This record gives sequence, structure tokens and C-alpha cells, in this order.
Amino acid sequence: MTDATTDKFDWAAPAFQAGLRKRKRNELWLKGLGLGAISIAFAMLFLLVGSLISTGYHAFTQTHLRIAVEFDPDLVSADAPERGDFRKILTNTMQANFPDVADDRVALRRLTSVLSNGAQFTIRDMVVANPELIGQTVKVNVPVSDPYDQLNKGLIDPETDEANRRLKDDEIANFLQLKEAGYVTKPLNWALLTSADSRFPELAGLKGAIIGSAYALLVCFLLSFPVGIGAAIYLEEFAPKNRVSDLIEININNLAAVPSVVFGLLSLAVFIGWFGMPRSVPFVGGLTLALMTLPTIIIATRAALKAVPPSIREAALGVGASKQQVVFGHVLPLAMPGILTGTIIGLAQALGETAPLLLIGMNAFITSAPSTPFDSSTALPTQIFIWADSPERGFVSRTSAAILVLLTFLIAMNAIAIYLRHKFERKW
Amino acid sequence: MTLIAFLILFAAVVIGYVLNLRSARAIRAGGVPLHSLAGFHGGYAALMVLIPTFFLIVIWLLFQGTIIELLIKAGLPSGQLDGLGTGQVQLIMAEIRSIASGRIFGQPEQWKIDAAERFLSLRATSGMLLVAATAALAAGLLYYAHSRVTAEFRARQSAEGIVLGLMWTCATVAIFVTIGIVASLLVETIRFFEMVPFWDFVLGTSWEPQIPLREDQIAAKGAFGMVPVFLGTLVIATVAMLVATPIGLLSAIYLHEFASHKVRAVVKPVLEILAGVPTVVYGFFAILVIAPAIRSFGADLGLPIAPNTALAAGSVMGIMLVPFISSFADDALGAVPRSLRDGSLAVGATPAETVLKVLFPAAIPGIVGGILLAVSRAIGETMIVVMAAGLIAKMTINPLDSVTTVTVQIVTLLIGDTAFDSPKTLAAFALGMVLFLMTLVINVAALRIVRKYREIYD
Repeated sequence: MTDATTDKFDWAAPAFQAGLRKRKRNELWLKGLGLGAISIAFAMLFLLVGSLISTGYHAFTQTHLRIAVEFDPDLVSADAPERGDFRKILTNTMQANFPDVADDRVALRRLTSVLSNGAQFTIRDMVVANPELIGQTVKVNVPVSDPYDQLNKGLIDPETDEANRRLKDDEIANFLQLKEAGYVTKPLNWALLTSADSRFPELAGLKGAIIGSAYALLVCFLLSFPVGIGAAIYLEEFAPKNRVSDLIEININNLAAVPSVVFGLLSLAVFIGWFGMPRSVPFVGGLTLALMTLPTIIIATRAALKAVPPSIREAALGVGASKQQVVFGHVLPLAMPGILTGTIIGLAQALGETAPLLLIGMNAFITSAPSTPFDSSTALPTQIFIWADSPERGFVSRTSAAILVLLTFLIAMNAIAIYLRHKFERKW
Repeated sequence: MTLIAFLILFAAVVIGYVLNLRSARAIRAGGVPLHSLAGFHGGYAALMVLIPTFFLIVIWLLFQGTIIELLIKAGLPSGQLDGLGTGQVQLIMAEIRSIASGRIFGQPEQWKIDAAERFLSLRATSGMLLVAATAALAAGLLYYAHSRVTAEFRARQSAEGIVLGLMWTCATVAIFVTIGIVASLLVETIRFFEMVPFWDFVLGTSWEPQIPLREDQIAAKGAFGMVPVFLGTLVIATVAMLVATPIGLLSAIYLHEFASHKVRAVVKPVLEILAGVPTVVYGFFAILVIAPAIRSFGADLGLPIAPNTALAAGSVMGIMLVPFISSFADDALGAVPRSLRDGSLAVGATPAETVLKVLFPAAIPGIVGGILLAVSRAIGETMIVVMAAGLIAKMTINPLDSVTTVTVQIVTLLIGDTAFDSPKTLAAFALGMVLFLMTLVINVAALRIVRKYREIYD
């Protein structure tokens, strides 16, 4: 008996202990690497969101100037109010505030550059809407142009060398004088949501893009939802096991993995080239997105149909329902929450798709919101792309703000989907 | 007019339903037992009217624009369109259309005004014809459906047959979409190869898709060799995979083996968020944060770094792919039978050794499948590279240089004017064909590997 104990493995041997320590160290290493990988992913997400918020929040306010505009009857007549010289009116207004600025054209132009280029259209619209204003002096809120907006938000440092600055010393002095006089306000920038695109950052908004996206998603939903459910019901409940069914399955799985830009090529060639549909319209965008969303909806619907227990089907069949009565009367209503969840997630993906919309021309520069799905327009992601490409400094924060708006919509849609899933989730 | 056609359709469907329902009930009230319930008779009539009429309207609307355009072109005074490219013809047609809608700029020629008037009258005629055809077809179908109401008529079987056919049609849409993709790419690609020799495209090492605007212009003749574009795609995809694969796999291993349930419940959804961010957002992130960071880092080291490096676009794309790989790897690790893992732990292996030496090799096919799918995504990804990568095709594999990709070229070639007869536009379709085939092959291979491996343990 004692012999056996001497043959026993020596657990306390230094070599073994060293091996064990090494193995435990390796264990720690792997854990550490895993944690590191996850932290990198998290850090990137926070960097992404953080950088968007830190650049984007500037665009949620807009510097305005509250000035007293005199509608001089010499410059705008009541007969044709839309043809007045509104630029001159604004120049006069600014000059009234700065009596000591020399009366030469260059100095005056530098002075009026505080005001946005859209200011003359703002006051024109006021007069056209209400010609009685002619001859009166009215307090008007107009946006300032982009460089001054940046200055007011602290994005232009007056301490840097004058040659490297977009605003010269006298322009900054002008603005500071206006600010001291209490003319400068910084209200919430509702124009970001209520006006359409513009070449001037201070006037540009997302209204056209949001409506365009909404139309495209509506078309996408109206097409892909019924077709997707029909296809899924057929494949899950009725399809015989044959070549055609296999072919359909393979096609659906492949379509889910085809690059989105290829769908753009498809609709450019087929819808626009062969059928002669117009470019840049949300309807064609919606058609394209519907083709891309279809596989998502089919797969989600099939999963939801599968989750309905066979006992429901058997009970309905047992009391004499036909196969279609079983499906449409019992299985489909029970599967509906799952189908809706999958559909909303598919639509959220479609909302973020950019490349196919670029190819069908939804990146056009359009300054009015579409009134039907057949009017040219942009969509939210393509608008982001356009603004990201614009050289003006003010568009950087607008782009981030537009992305935040897009992400808000996406989060809202996903939240609805999660809520639906929790509310109607059923354990059989 | 379209609205009226749809209203007629709607009315006919309702009328058909009510008429057949009533006649069936009348038969039942007469004491004769019906084969099908009265509701099925109504449903049969509604479906019989709805489907053919609906398709008539849709097909009419699809083709009326093209046909009217052809008629207008045919009716123009002879010689007006001779020798004009498709772009100019399109411009003239657009002008005629805008004259027709009342937006007249300047003083257009008389023949354009005539054409615009003819356009208006043709459109009005087409609208009338559509309404008439809809009404006629709906009435005919109503009559036919109503004539079939008898006690013996198997209305349920007929109605369900129609519904089944409809669902079958929905299912085959997927096939038609694939056919549409292949057909559209193929047609334009063949036209491209009529202008540019096939081998010049496949083996050419210079990509300069500029086309001289005038005959005598001193400019590049345009070179369409896809090798540098393809190479750029590979460089960026490689960078992306070098970022995504280790991060994705390591986080999957951690989540699967070491993380508690609570940590998993938090980490997994957050990783999913990374997958749900639209790619245009990643593109902006790349030019806003990553590219300047890489540039200033390179400047500190004294490295020459291009403004839009492959590294910036590739690494951001890699971050986008992390959740994709990690969820695939997590699933693959989870699918390994528990007995393998229990056995390994029972003989004294640490959890790390179990994961690396037992679970991982067993899960390799699934993981490889996931990585292949990620590669196909990286190749087909568009917005990140359009925003953050370069436009000029270079024969380089230096990730610090600026390279271009297949998708970037497709988008830049097709943004702006697209007349379907210049090699510049058609080249985009040829590149699209290459892209489609490449991703198709990778996807099919990946799905094969995944499926085969699942069979081993099932």
C-alpha cells in the first residue's frame, strides 16, 4: 500500500506548480483580451455618439438678429410688393444701427454680411403677406449668416491670427456691437425641422428629407408588408416540397445578402431606364427599399408563424375549418405581433439605407418639400450625405444634427418593436 | 383619371361581393342547400374582379409613360432628333413635358409646342382609355362571377384557389427580383463590352473613366481596367477584417465563456446597436473623427499619409462588422454540444483551454462561415467608402495611401447625368456585375459551410 503512495503524482512539485500558474495566467490573458475587445467596441460606440452630439448640438440653436426694419415706400411699392429692393432695405437698416460706418460699398457689404442671405426673402414674404407694412418700421427676427453664427457659438476664436479667420476684426467688432445692443438672440433652431434644404447652412432644414423618407417608407411598407406576408404564409404553410419551393428559398436567402448598391443598379436600369419612371422621387425609392426589405419581412413572418403551436392548427382543423380558414382566422392573428416587430425592424433598416437612393437620384438639391410621393425630393440619409459633402463649416454641425434626428427615428422605431414584442409575447 | 380607375375597381369589388352574397342567400332561402357558405360566394366574386382589374391598372400605369413618349418621338417632325445623343433627346423630351405642364421658359420652337399639345391630348386619351378599360373589364368579370352562383358551385375551393395562387405569386417575387438583377446587370454589361473589350476590362491595370466631351478634346480616352479598383476593394476589406475579426471573436469568446448572464444581457444589445447604425453615419464618423486622428498621428510620426486613407475607411468598416462576427461566433460556439465542453472541463482543462482547444476547433466551420459573410459585406459596403475612401484608382496595397473601391466607382459614375449609352455609365453596371458575382459566390460558399457544419452535430 505504501508503494502506491510514492507513485502518486507530486502535486506540490515546483515544475507542476509553475505549469499551473502559467495556465492560470493564460486564462487571465484570454479574459483580459476579451474584455479589451468589448471595451474597444464600446469605446467606439461612445466616441461615435459623443462626437455626433458634441458637434451636432450647435445646430439645434441658431443665432438670430432682432432688428427694426423700415419698409421704405421708395424701395417697395404696394402695387408690386414682391419686386421691392429688399437688399437695399436691409442695408439701410444696418446702416441706421452703425452710423459711423463709411458710406462706401465695400464697407456696407461687410456690414450687411452679418445677415443671412435669406433675410431679404423673409422680409419679402412678410410684405407680400401683409402689404400694410409698407411705410412702417417693424421688428423682425432674421437668422445671421453662418460665420457669425459660428462666432456667436464660440466656434471661431477671435484670438487666432486674422489671416486664418473667416471673420476680420472689424466684422467681429460689428457683431459684438450688435450683441451689446441686445439685438442678438439664440433661440431653438426650429428651422432645422420646418424648412427644406438650402445652400446656406443657416437656412437649411430637414423638412423635405423627412417627408421624402416618410413617403418612401410608406410605399415600401404598402408593397413589402402584404407581399412578404403572402410569400411567408405560402412557404411556411402551403408550399409543397419541390424544386420551385427550394428555388424560392435559395433566392430569398441570397437576396438578403446582396449588396444594397446592386438594388440601386436594378432600379436605375429597370424602373427608371426601362419603365421610364422619374428620377429622384420617393415612390421609386420606396419600390427599391421594398425589394430590399422583402427578405427581412419574409424571414420574420416565417419565424412568427412557426412559433404558433400546432395544437391551434389541429383544433381549428378538428372543428372543420379549411386550411386557409385556419391560417387566416387563427394562425396569422396569433403571429401578428411577431410579424409587426419584424416589419418595423425591416423598415428601420430601410430608413437608414443610402446607396440605392443615391443611384436613383435622391441626392438632388431640392429646396421645397415634396407634396406627393411623385415629386422630386431627398431622404434623410441622402440629405446627410449631401450635407457631409458640403464645404461650408456650418454644414458640419448640421450633418451631425441630421444624423441625430435620423438616429432618433431609428431608436423610436426599434423601441416600438421591442415594446410590441414584450407586450404581446406569449409563452405557449 | 387613375384615381377614378381605382374608385371603379373598389366599387366593382364591393358590388361583386354584395351581389353574389345576396344571390347565394336567395338560393339558400329557397330551400336548396348550398355547397359553400354564402360568404365564399361573395369573396369569390370580389377576388375575381379585384385581381385581374388591379393588374390591368398597374400594367397600364407602368407602360403608359413609355408608350406616350414613343408616340411623341415618332410624331416629331422628321429630322429634329437626327444625330442627337440620348442625353439631348431626353432634354428635349423633358422640355416638351415641362411645356405641357405650363412651365414655359423663353420662346420654344413651334414644333415643341405642338408636341406638348399632343402629349397632353395623348395623356388625356390614355386616362380615358384606362377608365373605360377598367370599367369594361370589371363589368365583364362581375357578370361572369355572378353567372356562376349556383347551389352546387364550389365557391370556397375556387376562392381559396385564387388566394393560394396570389400567395404563390408573392413568393415568386423573390425569384423575379433575382432575375431582374441579373437581367438588368447583364444587358447593360453586354452593351458595355460592345464598347470596351472584355479583356481590357478584366486585366487592364488603369482605371480612368473620363470620356472626352468633344471629339477634338485633348483628354484621356478613358481606360476601363478593373484591376486597380478591385485591388483597392481588397485592401479596404482586408483592413476591415483585420479590425473586425479579432475584436469580434475575442468578444464572442468572452461573452460565451466568461461573462455572467447580467453582463451578457447588457453587452449583446449594445453590440447590436453598432450593427443598426446606418452606414452613412459611419461614413461621416470616419471623415469627422477617424481620418483626422490617423492623419495627425501619421504627421507626428513623420509618415506621409493621404487625406482619405484606406486605413480610415477600413477600420471604421471593421467596427461596423464587429457585431456581425461576434454574433455569428457566439452562435457557433453555442452550437457545440455540451458534452464536449463538460468532458474537457472534467479532465482538468481551464475554461480558457476548453474554449481555445476544444470549442473553437469544433466551431470553426460556423465561424469561418460568419467571417466569409462579413467579407462579402465589406466588399459590398458602399457609404463608408464613398465618403471616406478616395476616387482615384491606384495600383497599391499600402493602406496609408488613398485607394478606391468597386462600390465607390459605381456610385460616382452614376451620380449626376446618366445617359445609358456612354461607356462611363455602362462601366458602373459592369462593376455591379462583378460585385454581384463576387458576393454571390462568397455567400453561397458561406451558407454551404454553415449548413454542412450544423449537420455534424444535429
